[in-house]
Amino acid sequence: MNDSVYTQLLDLACGAFLLAAVVVLWLRQLSSIVQVFALQGVALAAVAGLLGVHEGRWDLLAVAVGIGLLRAGALPHLIRRALAAGTPPPTRHYEEDVSEARETQPLVNVAASLLSAALLTLLAYAVARPLVELDPTPATSALPVGLAVVLIGFFTLVTRRRALAQVVGFLLLDNGITATAFLAASGVPLIVELGVSFDVLLAVLVLQILTTRMRAAFGGTGIDDLRELRD
Amino acid sequence: MTHATTALLLTAPIAVPLATSAAHAATGLRGVRPYRRAHAPRHSAALAHRPPPPRTPAEPARTTGSTAAAGGPATLTGGPPAAPPGPPPFATDGPPAAPPFATGTDTAARPLGTWLGLVSPATILFCGAALAATVPDRGPVTAYGRLLRADALTVWLLLAVGAVAALACAANPSHLAHERADAGAARRYNLLVHAFLAAMSAAVLAANLGVLWIAIEATTIVTAFLVGHRRTRASVEAAWKYVVICSAGIALAFLGTVLIYYAARQAGISEASALDWPTLAAHADRLDPAVTRLAMSLIVLGFGAKAGLAPLHAWLPDAHSQAPAPVSALMSGVLLSVAFAGLLRYKVIADAALGTGYTRTLLAGAALLTLALAAVLLLAQRDYKRMLAYSSMEHMSLIALGTAIGTPLAVSAALLHIAGHGLAKTVAFCASGHILRIRRTARIGRVRGLLAEAPALGTTFGLAVVALLGLPPFSLFASELGLARAGFTAGHGKVVAVALVLTLVSFAALVTRTARMVLGPPPEPEAVADGPVRLGAAAAAPLVAGLVAAAALGVATGPLTRLLSAAGEIIGRH
Repeated sequence: MNDSVYTQLLDLACGAFLLAAVVVLWLRQLSSIVQVFALQGVALAAVAGLLGVHEGRWDLLAVAVGIGLLRAGALPHLIRRALAAGTPPPTRHYEEDVSEARETQPLVNVAASLLSAALLTLLAYAVARPLVELDPTPATSALPVGLAVVLIGFFTLVTRRRALAQVVGFLLLDNGITATAFLAASGVPLIVELGVSFDVLLAVLVLQILTTRMRAAFGGTGIDDLRELRD
Repeated sequence: MTHATTALLLTAPIAVPLATSAAHAATGLRGVRPYRRAHAPRHSAALAHRPPPPRTPAEPARTTGSTAAAGGPATLTGGPPAAPPGPPPFATDGPPAAPPFATGTDTAARPLGTWLGLVSPATILFCGAALAATVPDRGPVTAYGRLLRADALTVWLLLAVGAVAALACAANPSHLAHERADAGAARRYNLLVHAFLAAMSAAVLAANLGVLWIAIEATTIVTAFLVGHRRTRASVEAAWKYVVICSAGIALAFLGTVLIYYAARQAGISEASALDWPTLAAHADRLDPAVTRLAMSLIVLGFGAKAGLAPLHAWLPDAHSQAPAPVSALMSGVLLSVAFAGLLRYKVIADAALGTGYTRTLLAGAALLTLALAAVLLLAQRDYKRMLAYSSMEHMSLIALGTAIGTPLAVSAALLHIAGHGLAKTVAFCASGHILRIRRTARIGRVRGLLAEAPALGTTFGLAVVALLGLPPFSLFASELGLARAGFTAGHGKVVAVALVLTLVSFAALVTRTARMVLGPPPEPEAVADGPVRLGAAAAAPLVAGLVAAAALGVATGPLTRLLSAAGEIIGRH
């Protein structure tokens, strides 16, 4: 693979990665959000795989496969399962869909969310300038994409009012960090990568169990219902 | 010290709690009950999947052996409804009677709980003490390549974790006996508490900054179900906020770590040692300043979230007020400090790369903001467990302020503050658990005349708050004095003066609220008619021991002085 093809493929994968994060902000149906999140996992694995091929490091390819399995397979599966547990069976006649499966009332509406995503991406480019200047290569030039996804993930976490949408926000944040690690330094050492992936998996498991309990205690998974504790 | 002894001393604080936790899981697997919740086996499976800690021959093996012996009768008699043999460990004959004891808990929790529970803290304390005897003189020791490492700071924190864990674990059996928990819930609780201790030890002993991060995130995962232990609306809400805010916050710290790694690789440090703290600290002057600056902001934000510093502090009062009392004690007493110690390690790197000014500004800003928030919210506080939680935020910001001042004296004072706050806050939280049980309310306004109704409990709670206020003879007095002196000597008089004023506001709020709780006539005079509520030796012992230790540390640090100043030298800069 020559350099220009590598650069173009890398930019394509990073573009898909960023686009997936923006689409998550655009969609309201939680099941579609999870689908887009899984596609983002594929894009992330592709970034890692491309770096592995370019540097001729086969261990990186193995890591890419692992990341793909975790972020495009296991994590979306866990969220889908939590989603299925809360969705009532479909009724025959038309009803307004006010169930758990939709992000009905985000704190910031969709148009404003997309505008914020654009601003956050600009911010990421501004912040990442010293990072790119330290070692300008095709990979580090794409670093702002990782930071933009981190910021968009944080934004999702803060503005979405369904428990599972918040989980997706947290995972976007985490995908962004992993992408940053790959683009900046071809990934962190293997032991750290393994530990981090394991922690993320457990954290999502914990959050899944907590949504079940939240449903049992509050009768729903709206974050706005969490009003027991305040000063 | 031979190589094998070192490896043993560094492994045991992680391996023994992990083995204890596994033992609790194993007793559960043997006595399978149909009604067990789905996530309990998943958790034990998760623990089993963890890379097994390199076993050292002597201690872990012995632990598992004694567990098997102790576990036998527990599972045999664990089924309901076996009559509890003998008197309950916690004698109350007060009128607002304690809830009826869950018989299953009593039999299942005691043989495993009381003695096995103390093995892990004792191991951590013992290893800390053994290392304290050699490390200040001969320098840091490492094991397993460069995976585990102990310097003076590690040893100091190990001792703090061990001491607080000993008090909290000693309070566990009486707490469990009074919860209406079944045997399964008690087992899950013990399993998670010991896994929590293992994660904290790992965070303290890790030499690799990536492993440090993994261990700190593991504490969040393990404590999530401890916070949500009661499954009420409030505790589920607290657990959700805790996991979401802490995980997202600490993820930012990981981004910072990744950026440090990037800078280190660009500075020519090899992949294997680019996250190794001693290597990084030695070569930190080669890191790119712009990247390090960005990384350090993220790290202060992220580890600050876990240490209870603003702006990501919102989880703290909820989680600390909803967790069971001994867990609140552990979380408030040492988990905050262990997370802060992570920040201390990065401070050394950032100071060498950027000079001291940058981190100082960040830390001092976060400290003053947190202090102001804590003071305002303490003034309006009506719940005594939340009051203690906000007091933790106040003390963590004082520790952050000491670190911001940054001279060896200031850092030593901050470390002394960590230990003193851990001990005093443990006593306060454990006592608040007993108050909650006797009065069945967490509202400050409804708890009056504690001293008249339960003299021992009222005294220990009152003294713990006196210790938290920073009055002599307790060690927080010595450390606050040290912090103020170091601040004025180093020429940061204005910041210290602002901090002192804010501390005074918190002081006033704590005094008035505690006085209302402890003093005055009891709400129902007839309650005292049949004699005061006795605390019982088993429940009182940890409270008294904690107060005595805090006072002793305040009078003289004795043999620990050298350790403390050595730790101050590692982090502090002249």
